[in-house]
Amino acid sequence: MSVNAQSTSGTPGSVASRKHTAADVAFMQGMIGHHAQALEMVALVPARSSRVEMESLAERIAVSQKDEIGIMQRWLTAHGEAGDTKQAMSHDMHAAHTAMPGMLSPAQMDSLRNVEGTTFDRLFLQYMIQHHEGALVMVAELLRSPGAAQEPMVFQIMSDVDADQRAEIRRMKALLAQLP
Amino acid sequence: MTRHCHDVRLRGTRALLVIASTLAAVAVTPSAGMAQDPRIGLRTGFQDAGEAIRNLELVSHTPKQNGWFNPQQLGDFGFANSDLAFQKNLVFQGGWHGWQAWDISNPKAPTLRKAFVCQGGQGDLSVHGRLLFMSVEDLAGRVDCGTQGVADTVSAERFRGVRIFDISDIDNPKQVAAVQTCRGSHTHTLVTDPKDRSTVYVYVQGTGPVRSSNELAGCNRAVDDANTSYFRIEVIKVPLAAPQNAEIVNMPRIFADAQGNVAGLWKGGAHGDGTQNTGRTDQCHDITAYPEIGLAAGACSGNGILLDIKDPANPRRIDEVIDPNFAYWHSATFNNAGTTVLFTDEWGGGTAPRCRSTDKPTWGANALFTLGADHKLKQVGYYKLPAAQTDAENCVAHNGSLIPVPGRDIMAQAWYQGGMSIFDFSDPSRPVEIAYFDRGPIAEQLTLAGYWSTYWYNGYIIGSEIGRGLDIFALKPSEFLSANEIEAAKLVKYDEVNPQLQTKIVWPAAFPVARAYVDQLARKDALSDSRIAAINKSLDAAEKASGSTRKGALTLLASQLATDATKSSDAPRVRALIDVVRALSK
Repeated sequence: MSVNAQSTSGTPGSVASRKHTAADVAFMQGMIGHHAQALEMVALVPARSSRVEMESLAERIAVSQKDEIGIMQRWLTAHGEAGDTKQAMSHDMHAAHTAMPGMLSPAQMDSLRNVEGTTFDRLFLQYMIQHHEGALVMVAELLRSPGAAQEPMVFQIMSDVDADQRAEIRRMKALLAQLP
Repeated sequence: MTRHCHDVRLRGTRALLVIASTLAAVAVTPSAGMAQDPRIGLRTGFQDAGEAIRNLELVSHTPKQNGWFNPQQLGDFGFANSDLAFQKNLVFQGGWHGWQAWDISNPKAPTLRKAFVCQGGQGDLSVHGRLLFMSVEDLAGRVDCGTQGVADTVSAERFRGVRIFDISDIDNPKQVAAVQTCRGSHTHTLVTDPKDRSTVYVYVQGTGPVRSSNELAGCNRAVDDANTSYFRIEVIKVPLAAPQNAEIVNMPRIFADAQGNVAGLWKGGAHGDGTQNTGRTDQCHDITAYPEIGLAAGACSGNGILLDIKDPANPRRIDEVIDPNFAYWHSATFNNAGTTVLFTDEWGGGTAPRCRSTDKPTWGANALFTLGADHKLKQVGYYKLPAAQTDAENCVAHNGSLIPVPGRDIMAQAWYQGGMSIFDFSDPSRPVEIAYFDRGPIAEQLTLAGYWSTYWYNGYIIGSEIGRGLDIFALKPSEFLSANEIEAAKLVKYDEVNPQLQTKIVWPAAFPVARAYVDQLARKDALSDSRIAAINKSLDAAEKASGSTRKGALTLLASQLATDATKSSDAPRVRALIDVVRALSK
């Protein structure tokens, strides 16, 4: 194939970043709330599980999702879309987000809080797999949205979420299979 | 930078974390009795940050041009500079916004020869003859290089893969081919075939999301499918006489196990208590080829691998290693002899601060492996930037290249906002820093910047600064590196350098090369002071002489050195010196 590519020297007028879309903003805002619930779930692990692998899984999810929440908040602020992301992280707002794919219902959260030991481990893994698969659905939805994920940071976050959560789902399925 | 490092990956993203600015001021307590490292506590600033330099001279700093940075947002990913490639007097600098070619004929004042806007990700470059290769990964990449992105989710306008430009008229680059791949091209590696100079190969390292098969036939997102687009690289064959015919000729399953399971290597996860979480091996982040020894080293997320590339179209894995301290295998560098391989770990993906005093010296570091004649890699040491950086500086091991000092393995390496560290890894179990340069953070809050890569090129070290521009350094003699060793390194000249395509360094028969060996023998006390003085005297006299007088003096010196070799604690180095003296005598 032979294509004459555009050949433009950089000009001061071209410094604006590529435009983001409403779907990008919705993805970033939604993912903050989605991650926030994952943090709430992993906070239950230390008191309820006695498995080292569960603790290390929980720590890993906590670190990566806290990092990403910070990046997404910063991106929203830099793009004038900060809105109510603080509220998105508050517990009261979770109800508004249960519509997002994979989110645990209040009843599911309660049932997770009320078990321990291997019963907790099994339920936690099942729920976190459900939760992560929801995040993959959110990524797929974003990718189906015209013009989305083209702003470089949104692309990064989307790629990161997709890769991390796919890998974690595999690991969690393996852990689940090992439970007595 | 990487994308798929699991918990900490990259690129960019995590870097822009909001870090409490109070933490940015954390100082590292120097050990008792040692002066504080001057790299600690440097002033923050965009173009006026504090600087610390040792055994180097900053020859020039060229800030980014207007249009190639966002003054409202210094860390804007869309304008980050990335990797470098070199040809004659030009430095090609890749980036998210496109590529720039700098004329460094006068290293004190580089001039912008060409700026070419073409977006699509980090934009790694290679150059070969009249062809310039560019990696495109992002969803916004367009076949026509347009900056408007691609509106449709499935589109013939989208381009993810490797672009090939004809730059024979650099004022008017022509895209002669654009080879599409399923995961795009995060990085790529030019691979030459010693047996066929009419063809080059491009190994494509795709780490992005797999696209729809509706957009590119055959792409398969299912991880567990035998035809998955994960767990492979692509090999593009480029006929140099007809680059428009470049095409994928192989998608080798280089992670497969003996049973043919394509996902045969590291599955992802931790290696036990207190170990790092390491990404799953379903991709290579970067591969460094060394065709003259028939090998390539792949840094492949969860593994370091060794490839036999004697048939460049069919790379074959011959060894693989894991390291419980590695989060994300990022890049590789061979020493010149091909007996040591240095792998980097991009823990945190390049956007996170991973050089703090609280970070382990074996995490986010280089791991050094010996490479035996049996083609087995064996881990023997680590090297990490020895000066602690702040929470406001993204810092981890990144790209570098060899400095061609004969008789020693020396590398100049980028550490993002940790600056550049130059170290000797001749003994891979005990690497030693010999020079450095560092700037303070670009901003109070962690903001993407620092060196993407620092590479030796024809006597200078060129640094690609992600947020600030282009820097050029020269080495200064010190207790660690003599003027003769620097002179010898400067004798090695190339018309073209692509750092991920290593070529065998060969030194000319020249007096600085001989003197470099003598200086090394003196530094190591491998010969007596009186012999060192006598050898230097002989070399000086021979250099001033000519014709048969010079020949006679050098022949005599060579025979004396043969006796020295029998007494020296470093006989191989004396023999290397003898070889140079003999060659000089011819």
